[in-house]
Amino acid sequence: MPITRVDKDLDAHTMTVVAEYDAPVERVWQLYADPRQLERFWGPPSWPATVTDHDLRPGGRVAYVMTGPDGEKSAGYWDVLEVDAPHRFVVVDGFADDAGQPNPNMPTTRMELELTERAGGGTTMTVLSTFASTAAMAQLLEMGMEEGMREAMGQIDGVLAEAT
Amino acid sequence: MVVDELTTPETDRIFHALADATRRDIVRRVLVQAHSVSALAREYPMSFAAVQKHVAVLEEAGLVSKQRQGRESLVRGDVDRVREARSALDALELVWRERVAQMDLILAEDP
Repeated sequence: MPITRVDKDLDAHTMTVVAEYDAPVERVWQLYADPRQLERFWGPPSWPATVTDHDLRPGGRVAYVMTGPDGEKSAGYWDVLEVDAPHRFVVVDGFADDAGQPNPNMPTTRMELELTERAGGGTTMTVLSTFASTAAMAQLLEMGMEEGMREAMGQIDGVLAEAT
Repeated sequence: MVVDELTTPETDRIFHALADATRRDIVRRVLVQAHSVSALAREYPMSFAAVQKHVAVLEEAGLVSKQRQGRESLVRGDVDRVREARSALDALELVWRERVAQMDLILAEDP
């Protein structure tokens, strides 16, 4: 696995994922800059994405639709805030309605992506996700971070295993 | 917008309910065995009313249910609901792990 670090910061409501690739920065950038490549990894394996709109420039929008195993659709969009190709972009990721318009009733996530050259070649990708809603996501993160929670959940896992 | 799919009002309630140590402990106990509220109240250094309030939060999140038995209500854990919360927690990190693994596969296709 090329993921080298996952940090969850409850106070800042952020999650940082750091991954390393052997490919150069320009090549990794293409994964995001090319909609055909982006749609191959953005959706989970059981929810493949189709990128319907792709304007990765400040003020631009990227739109996508993910299709679930039973044919159900979930549309999303990025509002592009900053782009410094091939090293960095900042977008706000949100839910869209069936017409592809942002759904204001759903929470959004700010995503800051940075690609830096590794000494000796290759790329380090850092993705900083900042969750707009302090409610569910913060608690989610708190649960993941807190040792007591891990322990409690571990115990609950044991109980669940016995219950089945 | 995969990560935020977890932040529906329903999951919000689940995670709010589980964000408290006492409530997690209550869930753990009642998953093993149904308890009356007064039996639960004896386990914690707090008032009956406080424990009752914790149970109400868990009940609202669907993590436990109360069933009348004689003069008392028995609190039981909902196994499926707790499992759902557990999988939502894992999903948070998994989304990016899957993306990164998939990115790796795409890069591996390069000549």
